[in-house]
Amino acid sequence: MLDLEREAADRKATRAPGPQALPLAVEGLSHAFGERQALREVSFALGKGDRTVLLGLNGAGKTTLFSLITRLYNHRSGSIRIFGWEIKDKPSEALARLGVVFQLPTLDPDLSVAQNLFYHAALHGLPRREAANRIKREIERVGLTDRMHEKARTLSGGQRRRVEIARALIHQPKMLLLDEATVGLDIASRQFLLDHVRMLCREEGLAVLWATHLIDEVDSAARVIVLHKGRILAQGPVPDVIRGANAASIREAFDKLTGGQGE
Amino acid sequence: MRAVHYYRCMRGIVWREGLRFLNQRGRFVAALVRPLVWLVIFAAGFRFVLGVSIIPPYQTYIPYEEYIAPGLIGMIQLFQAMQSTLSMVWDREMGSMRTLLVSPLPRWFLLVSKMVATVAVSVLQSYVFLGIAWFWGIQPPPLGYLTVLPALILSGMMLSALGLFVSSAIRQLENFAGVMNFVIFPMFFASSALYPLWTVREANEKLYYICQVNPFTHAVELVRFALYGKFNPEACAVVVAALIVFMALAILGYDPGRGLIVRRAAAE
Repeated sequence: MLDLEREAADRKATRAPGPQALPLAVEGLSHAFGERQALREVSFALGKGDRTVLLGLNGAGKTTLFSLITRLYNHRSGSIRIFGWEIKDKPSEALARLGVVFQLPTLDPDLSVAQNLFYHAALHGLPRREAANRIKREIERVGLTDRMHEKARTLSGGQRRRVEIARALIHQPKMLLLDEATVGLDIASRQFLLDHVRMLCREEGLAVLWATHLIDEVDSAARVIVLHKGRILAQGPVPDVIRGANAASIREAFDKLTGGQGE
Repeated sequence: MRAVHYYRCMRGIVWREGLRFLNQRGRFVAALVRPLVWLVIFAAGFRFVLGVSIIPPYQTYIPYEEYIAPGLIGMIQLFQAMQSTLSMVWDREMGSMRTLLVSPLPRWFLLVSKMVATVAVSVLQSYVFLGIAWFWGIQPPPLGYLTVLPALILSGMMLSALGLFVSSAIRQLENFAGVMNFVIFPMFFASSALYPLWTVREANEKLYYICQVNPFTHAVELVRFALYGKFNPEACAVVVAALIVFMALAILGYDPGRGLIVRRAAAE
């Protein structure tokens, strides 16, 4: 009885808005564009410091899911909560706690790296001096201090992505979304991003949702959500998902779950 | 979010628009050359074809160049409004719009800030144009340079609200040429920018009424009167009404619940 009560209290605590709430909780989310059902009854949650790989092929519904979480447009059924704040009802509270790296490059090529970052800080209402300190720190962490005053157009694809990660963290969110962040990057840049994100989860307790269609970006220390045709086919720690699918590797598990449409 | 957050956000958006404009020298030059070509070449050629009689706000016969100067300011504002709002959609396919829309400030406020930024740049361009035109003999009364400012702000707001609405309505892969053909050219030519409306009426009654309902006509007239220190209440009323309508449509267009943006996503 006591256990049940405690569990109920815990659940209440993680749902009520605030820093103790789950960084991201998606429940019963469905979305359709006309006839086409893009997401069906999608539910998952990320805890503090969780690194979750959202694995799905192109067209699985990842982009729709990200558009809904970032409130490009509203969901009509289910709920999306960021630290307990429902994105539809309290968009300011929710978005202030969310950092995003979009799939498309979003730096302004005609502005310098610093100018791009100051613009982002302003969008979050940060005072200039505080913004300057945070920008300095984030850009240092991605190793691009010496490129601060160069135009974004002069940076390589990998360097731009690093700037975008730095930018996503300037307003100090505790929840970070990355949509296919490694697409088009060389191996070294990709590794840098993966390592950087792992470090953020480990050392800062950041919750990260990493969307990808690349199976080799799933490592055994992460959690994984397998999204296929708008449905979640499996989720949990990687070893559990592999075991659950009676497979030897995540690749085999993914193939089995999606009926061999993985490659 | 407190008032200071709003202030910092708007300042940031205006600052970025200004930087973008200054960094793209080509855009700056193009924005100036376009109306100057009209002033120096087109107007010179047409000066003897089109006679401009004495109509308000003018108190004497004026050369054709002087007549079209306010229309060319309208052209600057129209181009600037379309370019800066549509670039949100086209710049790397919505990338910069996405970064804007994940700001925690309310979406209507982000759109209004974007409008203010667009207007700031177009007012600057208009004054540079007026400065060059002065040497070409377009010399309105000195006080006119001051009284034209509120008119420039109002007409600029109206046109950038229109631009935002268009940007929410179009599909992302259409190009600027389409907007030129279907928005900029019809608005510009079916207006009082290049010819007084009484001449249009003599030629074609229907076209005259089209020009009359075109909000761009009233934006040009508002600027024209203000440049000579006069106030045109009718033009002002139409521009304000159009501003409210376009702004409402733009906010609706970007509304995450029902906006056109939802339909556009569906079409992708």
